[in-house]
Amino acid sequence: MTFTIPIDNGDAVKNAEADSQRTLYPYVTGTSIVAIKYKDGVLMASDMGGSYGSTLRYKNIERIKAIGKHSLLGASGEISDFQEILRYLDELILNDNMWDDGNSLGPKEVHNYLTRVMYNRRNKFNPLWNTLVLGGVKKGKSYLGMVSMIGVSFEDNHVATGFGNHLARPILRDEWHADLSFEDGVKLLEKCMRVLLYRDRSAINKFQIAKITEEGVTISQPYSLTTFWEFQAFHNPTAGAQGSW
Amino acid sequence: MDLNLDAPHSMGTTIIGVTYNGGVVLGADSRTSTGMYVANRASDKITQLTDNVYVCRSGSAADSQVVSDYVRYFLHQHTIQLGQPATVKVSANLIRMLAYNNKNMLQTGLIVGGWDKYEGGKIYGIPLGGTVVEQPFAIGGSGSSYLYGFFDQAWKEGMTKEEAEQLVVKAVSLAIARDGASGGVVRTVIINSEGVTRNFYPGDKLQLWHEELEPQNSLLDILNAGGPVPMAM
Repeated sequence: MTFTIPIDNGDAVKNAEADSQRTLYPYVTGTSIVAIKYKDGVLMASDMGGSYGSTLRYKNIERIKAIGKHSLLGASGEISDFQEILRYLDELILNDNMWDDGNSLGPKEVHNYLTRVMYNRRNKFNPLWNTLVLGGVKKGKSYLGMVSMIGVSFEDNHVATGFGNHLARPILRDEWHADLSFEDGVKLLEKCMRVLLYRDRSAINKFQIAKITEEGVTISQPYSLTTFWEFQAFHNPTAGAQGSW
Repeated sequence: MDLNLDAPHSMGTTIIGVTYNGGVVLGADSRTSTGMYVANRASDKITQLTDNVYVCRSGSAADSQVVSDYVRYFLHQHTIQLGQPATVKVSANLIRMLAYNNKNMLQTGLIVGGWDKYEGGKIYGIPLGGTVVEQPFAIGGSGSSYLYGFFDQAWKEGMTKEEAEQLVVKAVSLAIARDGASGGVVRTVIINSEGVTRNFYPGDKLQLWHEELEPQNSLLDILNAGGPVPMAM
């Protein structure tokens, strides 16, 4: 049920406010999501921050959620739009369950639905300001895909959003291989999250790693990572050139 | 498209909502400004939605008033249909519905706080854009910028009602000291299973901060009191 405060927008050509039905910019945003396929399914990691411009305003936002029995959805971008997408998916899953036919929507189907939603909103110049990562396992087959706010959609063995594209994917291209164990997968993701923590201003040191396998979804409790600052070069970097950085 | 990601609109006001063991304490300053002019120096920004749920309003006075009016109306009907008091969560979700669906037009950040028999005391923050975040405490408005560090240090879980109210009053008072868009008096509303208590703290009842002096009626009182030589040539 939606409710828009009744306002007569008037003639779209003459009235300057008439195109106010478009999202101009995001307010509360989440940063990168990083996800990989591994031996038993998919692993997905995110931090728990919700930034408000440059302020790290919220530090307990869960940006990875389970969808139905077979999928995980991670989101970066505007949190209110992510919450709205979760409502759409609630309805989707509910209707799927009501068929009561023993079938349930798999990750491929959910990814396709999201792609349609995102692309159609983009066509109306009113995007949901998110980049979404959809991972899951059904009937033994792992699935990992991504949809952006303009409706660009694809699958891969490893995906990342935002800063993760620039910082995490090179690491994953080098070090990912098929049939990673759970331990190796977690370590690989943590390597990526640590780099993001060092180099992404909107990252915070509080993470969740989610796992999805044929058995189901597990989302870890929030935890923090150690950081390393003891490089010799860090101790006195400007000794040789006072005033430099 | 101009993204303007790093400059959210600043909003006049300081608003706070804090949970304690047994309920919630809501607090706010009382300044409403039109540009540089203080249009109302004693506004009441903590608005009732139902007997057990209140909302702190910040940002555009008009937007926050109309949103809370609609939600009060919806909650009134909801209470009749439900046959019992509305929950804090429902109130927050109704605010979210309006805030999210009208995100392009509204400029108001809200903090919903109350008590219901299912979840006890709860606080929900609803910033610009229409995100809902349930929090043990929430701060909002332009004055809140000065309080992030304060709360990081001073907040603790499981406070008593008195500790929670003192924390809120202290915090609003600190924000007023540094934020030009916040000022006036500190109002608090305490909501728990027993009901609702409204409190009022005028400026002179508050602690003095850095570079603030004890208020006097006149310089003449200082001169006449003798003591250290107040004026020197």
